[in-house]
Formats: sequence, C-alpha cells, structure tokens
Amino acid sequence: MPIAQNDLEKLILKSFPDAKIEITDLAGDDDHYSVAIIDKSFTGKTRIEQHKMVNKALQGYLGDTLHAMQLKTLAPG
Amino acid sequence: MSKIFNQIQELIDNNDVVLFMKGSKDFPQCGFSAMTSHILGNLGVDFADIDVLQDMEIRQGIKEFSDWPTIPQLYIKKEFVGGCDIIKEMQESGELEQLLKEKNIIK
Repeated sequence: MPIAQNDLEKLILKSFPDAKIEITDLAGDDDHYSVAIIDKSFTGKTRIEQHKMVNKALQGYLGDTLHAMQLKTLAPG
Repeated sequence: MSKIFNQIQELIDNNDVVLFMKGSKDFPQCGFSAMTSHILGNLGVDFADIDVLQDMEIRQGIKEFSDWPTIPQLYIKKEFVGGCDIIKEMQESGELEQLLKEKNIIK
C-alpha cells in the first residue's frame, strides 16, 4: 500500500515544520522514495539519532505503507 | 523476548563486526543488504553475517533491540553504526574506513 509523495511530505512536516525537504520518487510507484531532510533540530545529533527522529515521525508507515525509503538527514549550515 | 535479546547481545559481543541482513554475504536477498555487505567486503572487512530471514525471532528482535525499523543493521565493536543509507554515506565520505581503522578492524 503506497503513499503519495505530498502525503509523505506532509507527514514529515508535521514533525519537522521548518525543515527543508527533498523527496524523489525513485521508481515512480509511490513506494520507493529517496528523502533528504535539512532541519535545525538535527544540530549536534549523530546520524543515528537524526534517523531515529525521522523514523519516529513516520512510525506506523515505515516498512508498511512505505516500503522503501532512502534517507539523508542534515543539520543546516 | 529477553531470550532473543540475550542471543543478539551474544552475537554482538562475540564478533567485532556483525551485519544483520536479509540473506547471506554470498547470497544476499535484498538490494540494501547486498550493498552494505558489498561495501564491507570491498574494505576487506571480515564480518559475521546473520541472515534474519532464517529466524523470525531475530528478524523482529533486532528491530526492537536497536530501536531501528529496517534491515540491514551493522554493529562494529558492540556499537550500532546504522543501516544501508548511513553506511553508504559513511563510505562515500571516508568515515567508515576511518572508523574501522580506529577500531583496529582493518589496517
């Protein structure tokens, strides 16, 4: 069960309202996305902590509605 | 569940580098597992490959153990390093090689 790209973006914005988000639909099937998120809440956190924050925001979707997501997180600056 | 956590902890304690993956290093069953395994192989890392598809309890258990929803998962010297995206990023930036050298896994 895939998720539309703008729904995915809305979902991320819910937890990271000021984030810069870049989403690419890798396969054109609403099911394999590459997501890059730049957010100031990532500052000072390790990559694992940053990814966990995003995973938490997508809880219930990841691995289910959302089959595969490549994730890149960055702190600004 | 605590029994499976103990089993996972033992695997991590007894191996310097452990990759929980789908399939084995010789026959990976998923592109992300294959890529991660390949990156380690290219760096000359000798690692224990744990095929989670062979054991449903480990497959579910490792996700809770690491608080990480996806496979593969890499542990180096008992420390969770990340999944495919992080490993790929670390490989591209040279951080992975540096970490492996610091931990005396490779020369």
